[in-house]
Order: sequence, then C-alpha cells, then structure tokens
Amino acid sequence: MFGDYSLGDLGSIFVMQGFAGLILFSVYVLMALGLAIIFGQMGVINMAHGEFMILGAYVTYLCSGFFQAHLPGLFPAYFFVAMGLAFLASGALGMLVEWALIRHLYKRPLDTLLATWGLSLILQQAYRSIFGAREVGVELPAWMMGSVQATDTIEIPINGLFVMGVTVLITLAVALLLFASRWGKQVRAVMQNRVMAGAVGIDTDRVDRTTFGIGCGIAGIAGAAFTMIGSTGPTSGQLYIVDTFLIVVFGGAASLLGTIASAFSISQTQSTLEFFLSGSTAKVLTLLGVVAILMLRPQGLFTLKVRR
Amino acid sequence: MNAALLPGATPNDKDFLLAVEALTVSFDGFKAVNDVSFYVDPDEIRVIIGPNGAGKTTVLDLICGRTKATSGSIKYRGQELTRLSESAIVQAGVGRKFQTPSIYDDLTVFENLEISFPRGRTVFGALTFTRDAEVRDRIHQIAEMIFLKDHLDARAEYLSHGQKQWLEIGMLLIQDPELLMLDEPVAGMSVAERKKTAELLHQIIKGRSVLVIEHDMKFVEDIAHRVTVLHQGRVLSEGSMERVKNDPKVVEVYLGH
Amino acid sequence: MKLPTVNDNPFMKPMEWLSLLVLAALILVVLPLALDGFRLNLVGKYLTYAFVALGLVICWGYCGILSLGQGVFFGLGGYCMAMYLKLEASSVENTKIQSTPGIPDFMDWNQVTALPWFWKPFHSLPLTLIAVVAVPTLFAFVVGAAMFKRRVGGTYFAIITQAVAAILTILIIGQQGYTGGINGITDLRTLHGWDIRTDSAKSILYFVNGGLLIACILIAQYVKRSKLGRILVAMRDKEDRVRFSGYSVASFKIFAFCLAAAFAAVGGAMFTLQVGFMSPSFVGIVPSIEMVIYTAVGGRLSLFGAVYGTLLVNWAKTSFSESFPELWLFGLGALFIAVVLAFPNGLAGIWRQHVEPRLPGRAKPPAAPTVLPHGAPAE
Repeated sequence: MFGDYSLGDLGSIFVMQGFAGLILFSVYVLMALGLAIIFGQMGVINMAHGEFMILGAYVTYLCSGFFQAHLPGLFPAYFFVAMGLAFLASGALGMLVEWALIRHLYKRPLDTLLATWGLSLILQQAYRSIFGAREVGVELPAWMMGSVQATDTIEIPINGLFVMGVTVLITLAVALLLFASRWGKQVRAVMQNRVMAGAVGIDTDRVDRTTFGIGCGIAGIAGAAFTMIGSTGPTSGQLYIVDTFLIVVFGGAASLLGTIASAFSISQTQSTLEFFLSGSTAKVLTLLGVVAILMLRPQGLFTLKVRR
Repeated sequence: MNAALLPGATPNDKDFLLAVEALTVSFDGFKAVNDVSFYVDPDEIRVIIGPNGAGKTTVLDLICGRTKATSGSIKYRGQELTRLSESAIVQAGVGRKFQTPSIYDDLTVFENLEISFPRGRTVFGALTFTRDAEVRDRIHQIAEMIFLKDHLDARAEYLSHGQKQWLEIGMLLIQDPELLMLDEPVAGMSVAERKKTAELLHQIIKGRSVLVIEHDMKFVEDIAHRVTVLHQGRVLSEGSMERVKNDPKVVEVYLGH
Repeated sequence: MKLPTVNDNPFMKPMEWLSLLVLAALILVVLPLALDGFRLNLVGKYLTYAFVALGLVICWGYCGILSLGQGVFFGLGGYCMAMYLKLEASSVENTKIQSTPGIPDFMDWNQVTALPWFWKPFHSLPLTLIAVVAVPTLFAFVVGAAMFKRRVGGTYFAIITQAVAAILTILIIGQQGYTGGINGITDLRTLHGWDIRTDSAKSILYFVNGGLLIACILIAQYVKRSKLGRILVAMRDKEDRVRFSGYSVASFKIFAFCLAAAFAAVGGAMFTLQVGFMSPSFVGIVPSIEMVIYTAVGGRLSLFGAVYGTLLVNWAKTSFSESFPELWLFGLGALFIAVVLAFPNGLAGIWRQHVEPRLPGRAKPPAAPTVLPHGAPAE
C-alpha cells in the first residue's frame, strides 16, 4: 500500500494524517478521561457517556446560534463560553443521574451497565424530540478556520491546534485535581477502601457524586471539541462509546498516563490507516488490533502488580 | 488421586510429601516471601506461626497456586506445583481452607458438599454426574462429622460463622486430600465452637499431612509435630514447639518490641 | 428438622412441568388458533429472539457472564442459513441476466465474478445445517477461551463482546461484495426446493420453530439441574472456591458461553427462514443489548420467563412503534432502568413473590433460592 509514494511524500502524509488524527485524539482523550475517572475510580460503567458528550455538543450548537443572533461582536470568543457551559450542563446532569440512579447500583456493575444503557436511549430520544433527528453543524469563528503552513507539504489546521491545547490543559487540570487536591485524595481513599474512608469522616456519597459529575462534565467539553470534526445528531455519541471504553480498558483502568497513551495510539493508528484504506477497514483493523492485544494482555498497558 | 511418583522426580524428593525450596515472591519489589524453604513429611502436622504480615497466608497461596512464585520451587510428591493451575493442584491432592469461611452461600449444605465430592470434575463429568448411593452416603457421613447433619437442606448463607467454618472443613474432607492446608481454622469462634473444632481437627488430621496457620498458641502446642516461624517473609526458626519457644530470635520478635 | 427432598433431584418439579405444558399449549395451540397468518408470523419472529434470551439465562443469569454480543451468534447462524438459501435462489437459470450468472445478485453488482471460497460449502444443505450451529459455537469457543483462560470477566468481558459485535457489523457492511452489505442477504425463496414464502410453509416453519424452542428449553433445563448448573451458580458466587474444589473455572464458563451461542444461532437460522432475509442490523451492539433486556424482563434466572419476556417486550415494541414511535425509545429506556432498579428478577420474580403464594393448595414457604435478592447479584 506504500508503493506509489516517495519517502518524502510518506513522511508528509504521516505528519498530516497525524495532525488530522489530533482532533480525534483530543475527543478520545477527553471522553476517555471522563470515563477513566468514573470507571477507574468508581468501577462504574457508564454507557450513557456518549450522550453526555453529545449534550456538550448541543450546548455548543446553541451557543453559536445565540451569539450569532444576539452578540455578533463577541462571536469570536463564543467557543470558550460554550466549553464552560458544556462542562456545567453535562456535569449537572451527571450529578443528577448519580443521585437518581447510579448510587443504588454500586455493588452491581453489570446492572449499572444496563441501566445506563436505558438512560442513553432516553437521552437520545430526548435530543431527537428537542433538536430534531437531523444532524446539526456548528459554525466556527473565523480565527479558528484555516491552517498554518509548516513546510511546503505540511499544513496544520488551527482548530486542531486549539483543541489540542485545550486537551492538554484539561488533562493537566485533572491530574492536578486527582493527585494534588483534597478532593483527589478523597476520591483515591474512597476507591481503595470505601468503608474506611467513610469511617475517617469522608462523605463518600458526596465524593461519588462529585466524581461522577466531573467525569460527565469533561465529556461535555469533549462534545464541544467534537463539533469541530463532525456534525451533531441524537445518536452521534453512541458511535464513540465502544471506542472509548476500549481506550480506557486498553490503557489500563485507573492509569491516567495509560489512558492518554492508548487514546494516542488508537486514534493515530486509525487516522493513518484511513489514508491508505477505506474508513471501515481502518476501523476494523484498529479495533481488531486492540481486542487482540487485550486478549494477550487483559490488564491493559499500564497496571501495577498488587498483593491480593 | 494418590498418583505414583512422577517421572523426573529425584529420589531425594520422595522422602518428603512437600518440599518448598528458596521460594520467593515479590509484589512491585516488596518481597512478601523471601527465600523460604521447608519440608513436610507424610503424616506430619506442621504449624506455621508468625506475626501479622509475616507472609504466612502468602505461603499457602503460593502452594495452592493462587499466587505465582517469582522464583523457587514447590515440589509435592516430586511434582513441581509452581507451574500447575489451581484445579490441577487440587486434583493432585492438595486441599486448602481459607481464612474467612469460603462456601457457596446460594447453595444448600448438601450441594456445597456435593460440589466438593471428587468426581465429575470435567464439563462432561459434571453434566452426567448422578447423586448415587455412594455420593449420598459419603455426604451424610461427612455432615455427621462436621455437626451439620440436621442442616443438609439449609442454605449455607443462613449458617452461623462457626458452622460455616465447619462446612468448609467438610468440603475439604470430602475431597480427601493428602495435604490439607488450614488458614486459622478456629479464628472468630466461640469457646464452645473452638473446642468442638479442635476435636474435629484431631479426627481429620489422621492419615494425612496438615499445614496449619494458627495464632492460638495453646491450640498449636496441642497439635503441632513441628513449628515453622515466619518473620518478614523469611524463616526465622523451625523445630519442635519446645525448641521454637526457647529460641531467643523468636522471643525477640514476639516479645521484643 | 427432617430432610425432605435432599436425595432426589428430579428433572423437573411438578410446577415446572405445568409451566412447560402451559407454554407449549400457548405457543403450539392457543396462538396459532387465535392469530391470523401475518400476526402468527410476527410471533414466530419474536420467538426466534427467545432462543437468545434462553441462552442468556444460562450464561448471564446462572453463570454471571454478561455477553453484550449475542447478536453476533444470532447473526452468524442466520447468515449461514441465508447463504444456503441465497445460493439456491441464485441458480444459473434465475440469474441469467447477470454478467456472471450463478452467483448471488449483490456479488454481481459489486463486480465480484466468482463465488468466494467461504460461500462454497453452503451449496450443501447438510453442511449448512452443521455450519449454522458449528460456526457460531466455534467462534464463541475462540472468544471465550481467549478471555476466560486469562480470567477476563465481568464488565471487561461485556465490553469486549460489544467490541466484537461492532467489528463484525462494520466488516459485514464494508465487505458488500461478499456479504450483501447493509441490506443483508435478501430475496430468499426456497429451502431445498420447498418454497418458504407461501402461507402454508410459513405456518409449518412456525411450528418447527416452536418445537425447537421447547427442545432448547429442555436442554437448558437439563443443564440447569445437573451438577454443572450448580457449579455455575457456585462460580458466580465464589469463583476462587470452585477452583480450589478442583474445577477448571474457565472450561465451565466457556461451556456456558458456547451453549448460549449455539441457542442464539438456532434462533438466527429460524429467523432467516421465517422472515426471509438476514441483515447486519441484527448483529450489532444495539440489537445485542436489546436481547439482554428480554431476558432481564422475563427474569434472568427463569427459562420460561425468558420466553414470556421476549414476547412481551416485542409485543410492546410493535404496538408502541405502530402508534407512538417517538415514545418507544423512552419506554424501552425506562424499561432497562426499571427492571434493574425495581424488578431484578423480572416477571418470574413478580410471579414467585406475588402470584404463586396465592395459588390454591400451595402453602409452601416462599421458595427463596431462585430469587435474586434486591442488593447483590446472588441467586
């Protein structure tokens, strides 16, 4: 498949596809971060995670419409507002869901999976009733369009760089929160020994709710980023949920670094293969590779050996 | 079950039922068991004692295959156990009782014992297994020994803590292992239950080797042929209870700080 | 305390025989008499899903393995059958207007000029009937062996099976020339010369389907009450202990998974025969997880419940989507949540708790053992 290209061409292709893969990578990382927090720290499988992401995308869509109609002067900056609102909306919905549904099911992970699937169906239908079945697109401010000409053959899209930057910031913020803040310590304490954490005075219920909320909120930001690579429809989120779970599992649950590394390798493999093969074949090969590696190494890429 | 010596066994090994040599396991660099060696004779009652975190339970985990050794060897009748699966180790004749009672809550006492009966252990065998007279008689006999013959139809979940411990001992008995490993068999029992258990243990340890972890020194003194003292993953002392009790290193560990 | 029933382990208790009789009468007598041909064919279609639900009772209810990829096995069974029927419908005679006569029409449209090797065995009916069961079961064996030998289970297993369903769907849709793509394999006509599109053929197939379903219930019942059934329950509860009773846990899990796959495959093949086509929309993630809800609604520990659950959910789906299509997804979503939160034992649990104790002549204490307690997933 490489036969028709010169070595220089191939280099450029890899770099360009690499950057094209970066937005996908960012969406994956943001989705997977939220999921990794929820699954890795709480052991909960949230099948409605894709719908939380799509909520963020719809919020971005509404924002862009609102700014265009009422605040055209501020339109160049609307994306920042949209990301903040997306985080709040998805986070709030997440906390509500945790309170109404998830907290009753902590001891039954497989049942959580089914219940959150039911939730995802309800959310999808709600989006369809509110926003219609047609997919909607978001208009980007002018400064995000276009690309930077790095060399003669390599162009880098600006929105890609922007999303990349946001992803790095959020990843750092999550790492800081988890490893340096009081909340992070509490989350890890609850994860390791729920009963003991409760006994030393940590409000485990509140920690659970905040954790779930933050995980869903990050999915909302992923949704804002998602509007740049695809149009938003009621079922768009469902397409990503399996990929994202594979990323989390592949990276080794509970390992932030692993999540990022696996999101990077999966998105880059897929985007590079897509250039040479059809989209569906690229997808099949990528997923097959991940499943095959998981069969050889079910604990994921990064895990610790612990005393049982 | 009591298979003949396997090929590859050196004549030296056959004197011991169990030969543990230079056994080491490390978890992320922490050596929970460090270069431990000991030998158990046929029909010997060996007790392992030691402070908390000495690696006692880990040693049993290693022997029964629950944890894989980092290095070293465990030979049972000359057969290397470190490479076998848990179920193959059981089928070779090693039985294990866990620290907290490990029984099937959802099944009846009868069914708990039936599952432990050493027949029909393959998928096909389990599909065609029948409750014939032999199975029933054996289960009734064991149930009588473990004081549960009136509870055969009860769901195991509803037994008392002591009864659960007995049931697990019964599940081991019905397997008829040649090497029986017991992890704190009297822990958490009432005085009356403890006495009954001691009686039961005296009965069942005849004709087989037993490896026991226990903290109750009176109980240890009562049953042990030899004692191995573990401390921080290493063998600190070994010998008769009398000898071990007077070993200054042991006294230091138990009373020193 | 006396020992009443400890020594006998009958194949079925009187109540279970009665349930079987009621179900058989419903499927084989009542429904055929009460429904017109179109509705009966619809029920026949639903009943093919009941095969999947039945497998899930053993695999998920008893063994605790939740597979979210049962559509894969349903689909593989269905595709095997469809390939045979398609080849029969694509005789040189029937396809002489194609540029390559004698191959299925979709191959011709996609510039495939010769029958691919994996289609060739499906010229033979006996080979096809073997493949219908063997291909999905072998596939389940490979996936199951790879996962269970490495002790992958629980949610991980569920996610991997879902990924497998996704992969297979993308593959079938992408390889149009070999699989018929998103439309599936359509325009099926005869089974060994027997026209399956006539009304009489449809009603015969309905009865064959019902008979096979009852046979599968009996097989599942045999497994459930054998020692293997109790080992499955024991494994769900304390996997480690089963290992230390000398059993290879992985083999038993593989068996349960393969059995569920084989049931699903039979259902898939019967679906193709009764409905007349097979397409990737029965293979993917969405249909697979929907099949789980049939089992959950019926009661994950009840073989008969699985059949009633399937019928009920599908009946609701059909009547809702006829009158209020937009409400159906809300209803289905709520059903998932309700059955998990409020009725973990489904219809069978409601029956056992509320109806059975009030039946005349049954003053027995509540039969707790088969009911899932409200909190933990225990039997």
